Amino acid sequence: MEQNEQLRARVIAIIEQAMKMEAGRVQPASTFEELAIDSLDGINIAFALESEFNINIPDDELPKMRSVADITAGIAELLATKESGASVTPANSASTSNGSAA
Amino acid sequence: MKRRVAVTGAGVICAAGSTAEETWTALRDGRTAIRELDEAWAREGKYHVAAAARGFDPLKHFEPREAALMDRFAQFALAACAEALHNSGLAFSDELKARTAVVMGSSGGGQGSIDEGFVELYGKRSGRVHPLTIPKTMTNAGASHITMKYGLTGPAWAVSTACASSTHAIGQAFWMVRDGVADAALAGGSEAPLNPGFWRAWEAMRVMAQDTCRPFSIDRKGMILGEGGAVLVLEPLERAQERGAPILAEICGFGMASDAHHLTQPSSTGAAAAIRMALNDAGLNPAEIDYVNAHGTGTQANDAAEAQALSLALGERGRRVPVSSTKSVHGHALGAAGALEAFATVMALRDGVIPPTANLTALDPQCDVNLIAGSALEGRLRTAISNSFAFGGLNAVLAFRAPDAL
Repeated sequence: MEQNEQLRARVIAIIEQAMKMEAGRVQPASTFEELAIDSLDGINIAFALESEFNINIPDDELPKMRSVADITAGIAELLATKESGASVTPANSASTSNGSAA
Repeated sequence: MKRRVAVTGAGVICAAGSTAEETWTALRDGRTAIRELDEAWAREGKYHVAAAARGFDPLKHFEPREAALMDRFAQFALAACAEALHNSGLAFSDELKARTAVVMGSSGGGQGSIDEGFVELYGKRSGRVHPLTIPKTMTNAGASHITMKYGLTGPAWAVSTACASSTHAIGQAFWMVRDGVADAALAGGSEAPLNPGFWRAWEAMRVMAQDTCRPFSIDRKGMILGEGGAVLVLEPLERAQERGAPILAEICGFGMASDAHHLTQPSSTGAAAAIRMALNDAGLNPAEIDYVNAHGTGTQANDAAEAQALSLALGERGRRVPVSSTKSVHGHALGAAGALEAFATVMALRDGVIPPTANLTALDPQCDVNLIAGSALEGRLRTAISNSFAFGGLNAVLAFRAPDAL
C-alpha cells in the first residue's frame, strides 16, 4: 500500500511537471477531465512517465490512463510486468487509438 | 474576368506507382502499397509499416551530379513535374516562361538531409555537417529546382501547411491562373519523411498504426506514413482547348478555413467551412457532388470529424455521396498527400471510376458516410471534391469537374 502511495506521488509530480502546473494542483483523485488535460497533453505525460520509470506504455493502454488512479494502477502493472521479465502487455487491451488528424 | 482552368497533365511518384498511369491503376484496383519496412531504424521501434516509394530510382531521372544536389523530397518534386509536363505536351515560349507559376507544397522539406547532418554531428561527433545541408533541406527547394530546370521566371513559392500543403499549393495556383496573374501553373507537392529521426518523432506522437491504414473502419488504429510527389499542370481552359491539350478535368473551386481550435485535434466545423467555401468558389450545389476524396487518415479523430464535416457542409448529400480514402493505398504522404489525392480525384472524373478504400474491415457506425471500399465504383461523375485537413487546424478543399461536362 505504502509502495502504491509512493508511486502515486511520483505520478502526480510528473503530471505537474509535464503540464507546468504548480505543486499541489494535481490530487490523488484528479482526473484528466478536471485538469483539462487533452490527448496531446496525454502523450506528453506518457513520454515523461516512460522516461521516469523506464517503461514502454503501449498505444492501446494510453487511452485508458485518464486519471491519477488509472495511471498509478497502469504503471504498477507495467512495472510488475517488467520485473517479472515478461514482455507481454497488460490484459484487457482496448482496441482504440489516440486519434489525431495528422 | 475570371477564366476557367483545366488540368492538362499530371505526374506522380509514390508507393503505389512510379508514374501517373501506374499509380492510377493501383488506385483503381485498390491495391495497397503499404508494406513492412526492412530498414534497421524502422525495425528497432514499435512501428514497422509504411508506404515507401520503392520503385523510385533517382538515377533514372537525374545525372548523378544533379541528384546529389537534391534531397529525396526535391527529387520527387522534379521527377513528378517532368512527367506532368511531358503528359500535358506544354511547350514553353519565352513569354510563357515569365507567365508560369510554380507552387509546391511540403510539410517538412528535406528532413532526411538534416537528419543525416545530425547523425554526423551528434552521432559520429564529427563536428561538421555537409555544406549542402541547408539548400537541400529548405522547404522551397522543390519549387526552386523546377524553376531552374525549365527556366520559369514567373511567381514561384512553397507552401507548408502540414498535411494540407499541396492542396493549398494547387488552390493558390488555380486562383492565379483563373485571375489572369499566370498563364500556366505547375502545382503540387512532395514529401520524403521516411528517415530515422523523423520516424521516431512520428512514433512519439502515437498516431501511427502498427498494422495498416484502415480509413473509416471500426478497427482503425491510425495513419501510415507514405512518401512521394505529385504535380498538376494548370492552364486556362480556352488555351488548352486551342492547343489541343489533353484535358483531364477542370479545376473549378478552392476553399480554405482554419479551425482555430487545437494543434492536433481536428474540428468538424473548420473542415465543413472549407468544404462550403470550395463549393461556393466553384458555384456548385451539394447535390452536384458525385465523389469525395476524403482526407481519411485512418485515425479515430480524423475520420469521425470528417464524416461529421461532410454532413455539416453537404447536408443529407453528405451521408449519400460516395466517399473513399486513397491513403489506404498510397499512405499518408503529408505535404504530398493533397496533390496525390487531387490526382486521384482528377482521374476519377476523367474515367468515371471511383477508386476504392482498401483495408476496410467494417464501416464504423460513428462515420455515417457512403464509403466505397474493396472495389471501384464505375459511373458517370460530374464533379468531385478532395479534402485535406492539417495538424494545427488548417483545412483546404479543391473542387473539380469532369472533362465531358465541359
